[in-house]
Amino acid sequence: MASNHLKWESKQLATWYFTFAAIIFGAQLLFGLVAAIQYVMPGFLFEIVDFSIARILHINALVVWMVFAMIGSVYWLLPDETGIETVGIKIGKLLFWVFAAAIVVVVLVYLLVQVGPADETTIWFITEGREYIEAPRWADIGIVVVVLGFIGNLYATGMKGKPTGIVTVLMADMLAFAGIYLAGMFFTDNITVDQFWWWWVIHLWVEATWEVFVGAIAAYGLIKMIGAHRQVVEMWLWIEVAMLFGSGILGMGHHYFWIGTPEYWWEIGALFSALEPLPLVAMFIHVLYDWGKQQGAAHERGEEGSVITNKPAFTWFVLQAFGNFLGAGVWGFFHTLPQVNLYTHGTQFTSAHGHLAFFGAYATILIGMMYVAIQGSNGIKVLKHTASSVAAVWMITGGVVGMTVSLTIAGYVDVIVTRAQMGATWAGYFDGHSGMWMAQAMDWRLIMGTVTFLGFLFLIKDFLSTGKNAVHTR
Amino acid sequence: MAKKTVWTDNRFWQRSAAWVTGFAAMLLIWLTFDTSGQIAIGNDADLKNGVTKRVPGPTVINYKITYEMDAKRGHEIPVIGAKEKFFGRDDYSEEEAGKLLHLGKLGSQAKNCMDCHTLLGNGAYYAPDLTKAWLDPAWGPTGSMQAMTGKNTKEEAMAEFLQFPSKYPTHARMMPNLGITAEEAKGLVAFLKHMSSIDTNGFPRNFGKIQGALNGK
Ligand code: HEM
Ligand code: HEM
Ligand SMILES: [Fe+2]
Repeated sequence: MASNHLKWESKQLATWYFTFAAIIFGAQLLFGLVAAIQYVMPGFLFEIVDFSIARILHINALVVWMVFAMIGSVYWLLPDETGIETVGIKIGKLLFWVFAAAIVVVVLVYLLVQVGPADETTIWFITEGREYIEAPRWADIGIVVVVLGFIGNLYATGMKGKPTGIVTVLMADMLAFAGIYLAGMFFTDNITVDQFWWWWVIHLWVEATWEVFVGAIAAYGLIKMIGAHRQVVEMWLWIEVAMLFGSGILGMGHHYFWIGTPEYWWEIGALFSALEPLPLVAMFIHVLYDWGKQQGAAHERGEEGSVITNKPAFTWFVLQAFGNFLGAGVWGFFHTLPQVNLYTHGTQFTSAHGHLAFFGAYATILIGMMYVAIQGSNGIKVLKHTASSVAAVWMITGGVVGMTVSLTIAGYVDVIVTRAQMGATWAGYFDGHSGMWMAQAMDWRLIMGTVTFLGFLFLIKDFLSTGKNAVHTR
Repeated sequence: MAKKTVWTDNRFWQRSAAWVTGFAAMLLIWLTFDTSGQIAIGNDADLKNGVTKRVPGPTVINYKITYEMDAKRGHEIPVIGAKEKFFGRDDYSEEEAGKLLHLGKLGSQAKNCMDCHTLLGNGAYYAPDLTKAWLDPAWGPTGSMQAMTGKNTKEEAMAEFLQFPSKYPTHARMMPNLGITAEEAKGLVAFLKHMSSIDTNGFPRNFGKIQGALNGK
């Protein structure tokens, strides 16, 4: 991404974060494809890059690219919001390289060493073996140090410059986001205690701190891209924070139904997690309402055409409003009551929800922020769609929706056959998984995953070329 | 905004957000204390005195475990029965059993079990759930896995399979060799046996009760 139009170093650093994120996004999709091929052809790379390794790389890359893009988004918007250069930006730039290098080492160890002996050295240097946060302990500590540096940048800048509502929310949210990570860093022999704290990281990230984060980013985007009124947008943001944290924090109970924790989590988890879709509806309405309102006002003033100053970014922001509501809200609600979760817990249905939610709520808006950065880096007034950006939108979104539908069908098979009909044993599992319905669903997941990946290639092509395209208004 | 009311005042909503979040967080922390007490691992004395713990002590490996319907609770729960030999012994001390469990739990992480299987229902969906694997009829005296590995006890059959999984394929989708040693395998089986004794509020439902009647098979 060209940076000659960037007068803030903070924005330059943001483009580094976005670039690294985009590369890791590609790696995520590639290893997802490896794992999906293994569902269809179990011999593929068997005992070379086993499913477990492909899957670790797939979901760790997912988390890493999103965290990078989130940090990049903050560095991008800080000068706009506070009106000053990010304080301590030199340290921030140094930490970027430390972070990126650490990630590369972790990935190479996952891929080349894979497993270790059953002792502490494996936990320290190879893998912690806990889904999403497999990163070995040395890397955990490194990540905490780097993220503290980032938070230092954010706080110093927020306190010295103008602390807008958006920045205030981000300051509180990013601290919680980082603090929660500490809950995932210790070892215990008690698997129930292990899973209890593991969910503090996973759930309190995706259903609390990350949701608030995207609320703040959406607020920034609405102000930037369609000129929404800051006071209204920030009022919505505070309401969203109240609703998200109010439901999401105790909604964690929906993971405490079956892991050895007491029964009262049935009621608590059911009640609060059932409320979780409400803020997502609010966020959805907020984006579409503001868009309609700004557009309407522009027409009234007699202005022709659209108020949107960045078409691809805004498309991804609107997709986020839909995707968050559908993936997290609807697919999440499907299996959040204990009566249902007893059978859906840990099935292909979970995977269907995981895909649509992560994609809909986070991938979309972060891709949108990458377009915001491309616009700024190239000094473009109105960034328009190109053939590639449109192809990317359709193929990536269509592919993920296709995968979700396939996995939902696979989920029904798993729930009905493996669980309800066969009682979840080894034999029951394979009865569910060797049937034709499952096989067809897995074929379709692979096909739709390939479509997603091709869409990603269009996205990268667009990232690399759209800045120079003559269609934009400069 | 034409007229300022409390509903359009950002400070009001900011304060509400802080209060709601603070309240939810306090409630979570309070519940966490309560839950932590209830899920703390038990000890040998509890087992000897018949005190039920949601997560029993490691010496539970000295006992027979079953999964039975509890009329009062309306779902199945693990029941700890009479003594049962585990690798030829039923007198593991608290320390010995604790060491085995420690080795097994470390092993489960060092080999990334969770990235193919689910444990307590969490993990990956490429292979069977391991929550109650110890109680799976396939490993029992008449089960296919004992026959295939040529072993006479459940624990030996499991340990053999874990060390050489791709030697004993049950389906095209196989478990890979993860370099598990004999000692690690023993620890892992202890870990699995211990996990099956955890009170999971009836998950998975009907485990091992249905002997298969898929499409009249
Ligand atoms: C953007 C927000 C969300 C994301 C990214 C997300 C993602 C995920 C993922 C990846 C899992 C699987 C975790 C694993 O690997 O074990 C999961 C599980 C779950 N999610 Fe969400 N989720 C979100 C929001 C929600 C909401 C709003 C609800 C409820 C209304 C919900 C309900 C659940 C439930 C009940 C499970 C447990 C599934 C099981 O028992 O197997 N999620 N979520
Ligand atoms: C090329 C496209 C993709 C393919 C082929 C693919 C394939 C897979 C496979 C095979 C798994 C393992 C599921 C299992 O254990 O059974 C998985 C897990 C997962 N993938 Fe993907 N994936 C793709 C894209 C994505 C995208 C775009 C996202 C989100 C932005 C995503 C998020 C996840 C998550 C959160 C999990 C863990 C789900 C859970 O534990 O419930 N994947 N994916
Ligand atoms: Fe959750």
